[in-house]
Amino acid sequence: MMASSYNAKEEDGHHSGASSHGGAGAVKSKKPDNTAFKQQRLPAWQPILTAGTVLPAFFVIGLIFIPIGIGLFVSSNNIKEFEIDYTGVGESSPCHSCAKNFSWNSTTPCLCSVDFTLEQPFESNVFMYYGLSNFYQNHRRYVKSRDDSQLNGDRSALTSPSKECEPYRTSEGLPIAPCGAIANSLFNDTLELYHIDANGTSNSIPLVKKGIAWWTDKHVKFRNPGGNGNLTVAFQGTNKPVNWRRPVYELDPSDSENNGFINEDFIVWMRTAALPTFRKLYRIIQKKPSSTPTLPSGKYVLNITYNYPVLSFDGRKRMILSTISWMGGKNPFLGIAYITVGSICFFLGVVLLIIHHKYDTRNNSADIPN
Amino acid sequence: MTVLKDLPEKWFPVVLPLQRRKQKGLNGAKSQKKRTEEERRVRANDREYNEKFQYASNCIMTSKYNIVTFLPVNLFEQFQEVANTYFLFLLILQLIPQISSLSWFTTIVPLALVLSITAVKDATDDYFRHKSDNQVNNRQSQVLIRGSLQNEKWMNVRVGDIIKLENNQFVAADLLLLSSSEPHGLCYIETAELDGETNMKVRQSVSVTSELGDQNNLASFDGEVVCEPPNNKLDRFCGTLYWRDKKYNLTNQNMLLRGCVLRNTEACYGLVIFAGPDTKLMQNSGRTKFKRTSIDRLMNTLVLWIFGFLVCMGVILAVGNAVWEREVGSLFQSYLPWDPPVDNFLFSAFLSFWSYVIILNTVVPISLYVSVEVIRLGHSYFINWDQQMFCSQCNTAAEARTTTLNEELGQVEYIFSDKTGTLTQNIMSFNKCSINGQTYGEATDPLAPQPTRLDFTPFNPLADQDFCFYDDTLLESVKVGDSHTHEFFRLLSLCHTVMSEEKSEGELVYKAQSPDEGALVTAARNFGFVFRSRTPGTITTTEMGRPVTYILLAILDFNNIRKRMSVIVRNPEGRIRLYCKGADTVLLERLHPCNQELMNITSDHLNEYAADGLRTLALAYRDVSEDEWETWSESHRCADKATNCRDDRLAAAYEEIEQDMMLLGATAIEDKLQEGVPETIAVLSLANIKIWVLTGDKQETAVNIGYSCKMLTDDMTEVFIISGHTVQSVRQELRRARDRMIELSRSRDGEKEEGMEGWAEAGFMGNGFREGQDGDSAAAAAGGGKQLQCPPPPPPPPSNNLMDNISGEFALVINGHSLAHALEADMETEFVSTACACKAVICCRVTPLQKAQVVELIKKHKKAVTLAIGDGANDVSMIKSAHIGVGISGQEGIQAVLASDYSFAQFRFLQRLLLVHGRWSYLRMCRFLCYFFYKNFAFTMVHFWFGFFCGFSAQTVYDQYFITLYNIVYTSLPVLAMGIFDQDVPDKRSLEYPKLYEPGQLNLLFNKREFFICIAQGIYTSVVLFFVPFAVLSDATQSTGVPLADYQTFAVTTATALVIVVSVQIALDTGFWTVINHVFVWGSLGSYFTIMFALHSQTLFRIFPNQFHFVGSAQSTLLQPVVWLTIALATAICIVPVLAFRFLKVDLKPQLSDTVRYTQLVRQKKRKPIGRSVGGAWRGASSVSEGRLGARGGSRRSGYAFAHQEGFGELITSGKNMRLSSLALATFASRHSSSWIDTLRRKKHTHTHTPPSASGECSPAPSCISGSVPPLSNSSSVLGGSQDTPIEEETGTPPAQNAQCDLTSSTQTQAASEAAAPQASAQAVTLTAGRTHVGDSPGGWAATLGTVQEALFGRKSRAAASNSPGPPSVAKDTSQIV
Repeated sequence: MMASSYNAKEEDGHHSGASSHGGAGAVKSKKPDNTAFKQQRLPAWQPILTAGTVLPAFFVIGLIFIPIGIGLFVSSNNIKEFEIDYTGVGESSPCHSCAKNFSWNSTTPCLCSVDFTLEQPFESNVFMYYGLSNFYQNHRRYVKSRDDSQLNGDRSALTSPSKECEPYRTSEGLPIAPCGAIANSLFNDTLELYHIDANGTSNSIPLVKKGIAWWTDKHVKFRNPGGNGNLTVAFQGTNKPVNWRRPVYELDPSDSENNGFINEDFIVWMRTAALPTFRKLYRIIQKKPSSTPTLPSGKYVLNITYNYPVLSFDGRKRMILSTISWMGGKNPFLGIAYITVGSICFFLGVVLLIIHHKYDTRNNSADIPN
Repeated sequence: MTVLKDLPEKWFPVVLPLQRRKQKGLNGAKSQKKRTEEERRVRANDREYNEKFQYASNCIMTSKYNIVTFLPVNLFEQFQEVANTYFLFLLILQLIPQISSLSWFTTIVPLALVLSITAVKDATDDYFRHKSDNQVNNRQSQVLIRGSLQNEKWMNVRVGDIIKLENNQFVAADLLLLSSSEPHGLCYIETAELDGETNMKVRQSVSVTSELGDQNNLASFDGEVVCEPPNNKLDRFCGTLYWRDKKYNLTNQNMLLRGCVLRNTEACYGLVIFAGPDTKLMQNSGRTKFKRTSIDRLMNTLVLWIFGFLVCMGVILAVGNAVWEREVGSLFQSYLPWDPPVDNFLFSAFLSFWSYVIILNTVVPISLYVSVEVIRLGHSYFINWDQQMFCSQCNTAAEARTTTLNEELGQVEYIFSDKTGTLTQNIMSFNKCSINGQTYGEATDPLAPQPTRLDFTPFNPLADQDFCFYDDTLLESVKVGDSHTHEFFRLLSLCHTVMSEEKSEGELVYKAQSPDEGALVTAARNFGFVFRSRTPGTITTTEMGRPVTYILLAILDFNNIRKRMSVIVRNPEGRIRLYCKGADTVLLERLHPCNQELMNITSDHLNEYAADGLRTLALAYRDVSEDEWETWSESHRCADKATNCRDDRLAAAYEEIEQDMMLLGATAIEDKLQEGVPETIAVLSLANIKIWVLTGDKQETAVNIGYSCKMLTDDMTEVFIISGHTVQSVRQELRRARDRMIELSRSRDGEKEEGMEGWAEAGFMGNGFREGQDGDSAAAAAGGGKQLQCPPPPPPPPSNNLMDNISGEFALVINGHSLAHALEADMETEFVSTACACKAVICCRVTPLQKAQVVELIKKHKKAVTLAIGDGANDVSMIKSAHIGVGISGQEGIQAVLASDYSFAQFRFLQRLLLVHGRWSYLRMCRFLCYFFYKNFAFTMVHFWFGFFCGFSAQTVYDQYFITLYNIVYTSLPVLAMGIFDQDVPDKRSLEYPKLYEPGQLNLLFNKREFFICIAQGIYTSVVLFFVPFAVLSDATQSTGVPLADYQTFAVTTATALVIVVSVQIALDTGFWTVINHVFVWGSLGSYFTIMFALHSQTLFRIFPNQFHFVGSAQSTLLQPVVWLTIALATAICIVPVLAFRFLKVDLKPQLSDTVRYTQLVRQKKRKPIGRSVGGAWRGASSVSEGRLGARGGSRRSGYAFAHQEGFGELITSGKNMRLSSLALATFASRHSSSWIDTLRRKKHTHTHTPPSASGECSPAPSCISGSVPPLSNSSSVLGGSQDTPIEEETGTPPAQNAQCDLTSSTQTQAASEAAAPQASAQAVTLTAGRTHVGDSPGGWAATLGTVQEALFGRKSRAAASNSPGPPSVAKDTSQIV
C-alpha cells in the first residue's frame, strides 16, 4: 500500500532548462528545490478502509477479546471475598450504640464486636480492607489539604506548614504535624479478627500491618523529620491534628519503626481515593506454612474499637476480606466487559460482511464518475 | 468575535496619527484637515505658501507598527482576539485561591506561547511592509529647487514642487504637466499600473506653460492651481491655473498620475498637485481590509458556542455543587470544613462555577488559533515551494503573501479575472489571412507537431526576427508576385497610424498605438512591404526591396462607431487609391456588388478565424479618380471646418467615399492568450467555479477573448449583452435576459418532459409572456431620450427560485456604464440573479472601483467565496475586496502583487493553486479542526463526569502537568503533521477530477453538522474514558493487594487511555502517512510516557516535594496488567464504533475522493500504468486542430484595432508628433494551441444537453448583409424587444426597407434560437454594436429576433404538426428554407 513517489524526471528537465535560461548562471534561479518534501511527494503509506482490512480487524479483535474475557471472568470468580458492614445503622447491629453515642471528647474507646461466618475457606494470603462509603476523599479541598514537604520530613515545613493545610494548619498556636484535612481525618478504628473454632474458643488471627503501603510512598514520599531517631524530639514544637487522640510519633505503640510519618496506616490513608466509595488495605493475613487454609470456613468475630464517626454524613464502614489472583482482587466487570466487547466486534464483523456483500457498489462500477 | 476583529481598523485612526506625527510633522494634522478640504490650492515653487495647507507629503506608509509601538499595539490587537482575552481572564481567576482548581502555569504557558508566536509572525509581516515602503519612498526624483535640479527621495517631494521626469521613469506623484521636451508640450505615458491599459496615452500641457521650456524659466514660474480635492476618479480632473492674471482651464489631459510611466518622451516637467496618500493611485487602492476565511468565521462562531456550552456545564455543575454542599458537604464538615469565606452552599456553588470554568476551559483550545496559523504557514510554504507554479521564463515562483487564507482557496466559487496581462499576454500576432479567396496560415500538416517557422531573412533583410509565420505558400505567393497578395500587404503597410523609428539602417522599430496595428504592419514588413517612415504628407515604404513614397492625402480615422479606418494615398504613378481596413460587419456592406462571390468565400474564412478566437479585419481598397478626390476633399474640408456637429459631418463625409470598395481579403490576429488559459478555465469550470472577466477593455475585445479562452463557446444557449445607458434600459435588458432564460430553460425542460407538445406550448407561453414585456421595453427605452410618460413598472420580485434552476448555458456581457446602473441599490438583486444564472459573465469598460463593487456585490448576495486575479494597478481594489486576491507578477508592475494574497507568474497556475493547494488546505484544515475539537472534548469532558463523583468540587481527573502538556506536547504534533501533510488524493488526481473540488465549495468537510459529530464523538470518548476505569478500578486491587482505586492511579490510567485513544484516532484520521507522521505519532506517545515517568520520578520529587505529588504513580500503575486491560478495553470501545461507521460510509456511500483513492490503490496493486492520465495532456502536448471543427459555428467576431483610440490620425496629419524616441515592440512569442479543450467541454455538456451541430447551415446569410441591414437604435438588446420602433436617433435607413431582410435573417436566427441557439446568440454578440447610442447595423440582427417570432412559432407548430422528430431538425428545416 506504499504510495508510489512520483517520478521527478520532468521537473529535473525543467530545472536544467531554467538555469540555462538564466544567462549562464548570472541570474540566480529562484526555482524551488526539487525535494520530495518541498514538492509534497514524500513517500507515504496511504491506508484505506477496505473490506479487506477492516473486517478481519473486527474478527481479530473479537477473537482476542473473548478468550481474555473468559479468562478474566473465571479467575475473578475464583477469588473469594467477604464483606461486612459494621457502621451500626440498624437498631439491631452490634455497633449501633457506639455509632449513636459517639462524641469527639470521650476518652474511653467504644468497643463492639460483629460475628460472621465464612462459608468457604480462604486459601493463600488473605487481605483485610476497611471500606468507607460516601466519604469524599476526592474532594478538591480535601485532596489539596496536605503538605508533601512536611510529610517528606522537611523541617521548615514541619514548623510552618503550607497554606493549603488551612484550617488544619495550626492549633493552639503550634503547627500541626501532619497538617491538613486528610491527616486530620485519619481512619482510626482498630479491627481485630478472631476465629471461633469448633469447640468455641476464639483464636486471635495474626494481622500483619507491614507491606500495605506503596513502596515509593513508604521509602520516598514519606519520611520522618531528622531520620528515624527520637521522634518525640523531632516533632517537638508541633501539635497533633485536632481529631487525633495520640500524636503522630505514637501512632503505633507496638512498633517503634512504624511511627511518625512513615506509619503505614497513615501512609495508606494519605493516598487519597479516587471515588467516594473506596476501600483501603488494612492488614494482611499471611498464608500459613501448613496446607490448612489461611482462613478456614467457620465462625469469626470482628472486634472493633469504634473511634471513627461516619453516620453524621451518612457514611458507611465496612470490613472486607479477600484473596488475590494474578490480576488482583475480585473484579467481575472486566471479564464481562471483555466478553461483551469481543462478541460485539465479532458480530459487527459479520454484519458488516453481509452489508458489504449485499450493498457494495464499488465492484460494479470501478470507473470513477466525473 | 467577528465584530471585535474589525475593531483594529476603527481604532487605527486613533493610534496612527500619533505615530505619524512623530515621523512626519505634516501628516498628523492632515488627518483632521482632510475632511474639510474642499478645494486645493497649490502655488508652484512656493513651499511656504503650500505648507499653510498642510497637504500630505509624498511618503507612503502601509506598515502598521514601528519599533516603539510594536509591543503595545500588537498586544492590544492580540487581546482583541476574544480567545486571548478569555485566557487572560482565566489567568486572573486562577490567582484566587478559593477558585483556583489548577495551578497558574497551566494557562500561562500556552498563552505566552500563543502570544509570542503570533507576535513574531506579525513582526515579520510588518518588517516586509516597511521594506517595500522604504523602497518606494526612497526612489529618486529630480526636484527643481531654487532654480536648480536636485535629487530628492520620493518621500521628500512636496505639493507645489516642480519635478523633472525622464523617459521610462515612474511618475512620483500626481503632476500637472508643465512642459515637455517634445513639441507642443506633448508627452506619452503608459498607464498600465493605473488602469491596466497598455496602450500609450498622450498628455499635453497647457500652451502657456509648455512655452516655458526648460528649468530656468520654470524656476520663476509661480502660477497657482486651484482644483478639486483628492479623489479616486482616474479619468477626471478639473482645476484652474491662475498665472499672470489669466485663467487657464485644466483637465485630465494635462495630468500625469502617479503610477504611470513616461514613454517616448525625453523629459518633462510637472507640478506636484497631489502627493502620497492623496494621489489617485492611492485613493483608488482602497482600504486594507483584514481578510478572514469562512472557516475562521465558522470557527469563531463555534468557539462562541463552546463558550456557551462551557457556561452551561459550569452552571450544571454549580447547581450540583449547591445541592451536594447542602445535602452532603455541610454534614461532612467535621472532616472537611468550608473555606473561610464560604458560609453557605450558594456561595460555594458560585465559586465552584468559576472553578469549573477554569478546569473546563480546555474545551476552548487555546492552541487552536496558533495551530491553525502554523498549519496555514506550512501550506503557504508549500505554495512557495511548488515547482509546478514556478515560471522559468520570468524566474518567478509562486508566492503566498498572506498566510491566513489558504483553506479558502479550496472553497472558491467565483473567480473575477482581469483580462489584459492576466488571461492574455497582450501580444498580438499575425496568424492567418485570406487573400482573394485563398486562406493562408493554416498549419499545412496537422500531424506535424511543430511546423517550421518561416525564415524571412534571405528574402527580406528588413524583416523582423521575432515575427512567426508557418505557411510558406503565402511567402511563395508574394515572391511569385501575385498582385492581390501585393496589394494586400501594401494596404497593411500604408493604412495605419503607426510611427516608425529607424535608429540605424534596417533597424526599424514600430510604435503602434495598439498592438493589433503593430502586428499587421510587422506582418507587411516581413512579407516585403516595409513601412519605413512617414511625414505628415507622405509615407515611405520599401516594397519588395524597392523604396516607394506615397503621398498621404487623408487619414479617415478610426472610431468606435465607424469601426474602420482608411487612408487615401497617391502612389508614385499618380493614381489615387483609398485603402480601408475595418470590422467585417461594417466593411462588407460597403463593397462593390461585384465582390459577391469573393465575399462569400472570405466570409467563410472570417467565420473560421473567428471560431478559432482570432480577431479579424477585412481589407478593401477603392480607386478614386482625380475628380472624385477633388470634390470629396472639398466636402471633407468643409466638414472639418464646421463648428457644430463636426464629428457627424466628418463621419458623413467619410461614409461618402468609403463605398463600392473592392475586397482584398481579411486578416486574423491572435490576441495571444497566456499559456494554458483555456485549459485552466475549462478545468476550473468543471470544478464548478464561475469565472467572470472584468476588464477595462472594450466590449468586442472582451467578448473575443471570452471566445478564445473558451469562456464563451458557440455551444452556449445564448449570450446576453447589456449596454443600456439609462437605469430603465438596463433594468429592461436585465429583465429581458431573465425572461429569456426562464423561457428557454422552461422550453428545454418541457422538451425533456413532455416531448413535442410540451415544447410547443412552452414556447407559446414564452411568447405571450414576452409580448407584454415588449411594450414596456419600447416605453422604457424611449424614456432614455424623452421623459417617461408613465412611471417605470416596479421591479418584479426577483424570481430567485426560478433563476436558481436555470438549465442551459448562458453568458452575460455587460458594459461599464450599464454596470454602474446595475450596481445601484435597487437593481443589485436583479443583476445578481441574472448574472449568476449565467455560466460566464464578462464586464467590459469597468473602472477599478466598479471591479471592486462587482466583487462586493457577489460577496454580499451570494455568500460565496470569491477570488480576484489581476496584474495591474487597476485590479488592486478588486484584489483587495475579494476574499482572495491573486496577483499576476507579470510585466505590468507590482502594484497588484503588492496588494494580493497570492502571486504567481501565469494564469494557468491558478488551477494548481485552487485544485491542488486549495483543496488540500481545505481538507487538511477541516480534518484538523474536526480532530482538534474531538480531542479537546474527549480530554475535558472527563472532568465533567468526574464532577458527579467528587462532590462537584472542581477536582481535576488528571495530574496538572498532564493538563498543561496535553494540548501543547502530547497531542499537538501528530495533528499538526496531519494538518500540514495530509493528502487524500495525489495532486494529479485532483487536476484530473475537478469534481473533487466541490466538497469545498459546498463546505461539506467542516460545518456545524460535522462539528456536532466531532463533539459527540469527543463526549462519547470522554464517557468511555471515565466510566471504564471507574467500573474496573473501583474494585480492583494490585497483585499485592493494594487497591487501585486511589486518585493517582485513576489519573494515570485515564490519562494514558486518553493519550492512546486520541493517538489511535489520529492514526485513523491520517490518510497520508509520511515519515514525519510516523515520527510525530509515535514520538508523541513516546514523549507521553517519557515525560510521565520523568515527572513521577523520585529525583524531581526530592527537589520539589510540593510540586510533584505523583511520585511513583506511573511506575506502580503501569506495571499492573489490570490497568493495561482497562486501557485496551477503553480504546476498543472508543474506536470500534468509529471504525465501523467509517467503513460503512466508505463502503456504501463513497465520496469521489474515496473512490479515486480506492482506484489508485487497485491500480497500484495491479501495477498497471495509469491509463487515463489526462495530466500529460494538461501540459499541452497540444494537438493543433483537435476539436476545432466542433467550435466552428456561425459566430463571427470581428475585431479592429481594439485598443485603438481615435485622434491619432489627426495628430499624424498635423505633424505634431513627428519626433519620436525609442520604443520597444512587444516580442512575438511562439504560438500555441489550445483547442483540445473543446472536447473537454463537450464531454461536460453531454450530461446536460446535446449541443446541436447545425453550425454548417447556420452561417450568416450574405443575402441579408448585402441588403445593408439598417441600424436599429436599440444597440444593446440581443433579444430584440422592440421590433418595429427605432427608438432613439435614426441613421437614415427607413425601417420598412429592412422588413424582408429581417424576415430572412431572423427566421434563420430564430430557428437557431431554440435548437441551435448558441449560434444565434453568438452572432448577435458579434453583430451587436458597441456602447454607442447611435444605432449601428448589427443591432438590427438582434432586434429582428423579436420581429419574426410569429413566423417562427408558426413554423414551429407546423413542424410539430408534420411530425418532424425534434427541434434540431426544425432548425435544419428552417435554415434550409432560408
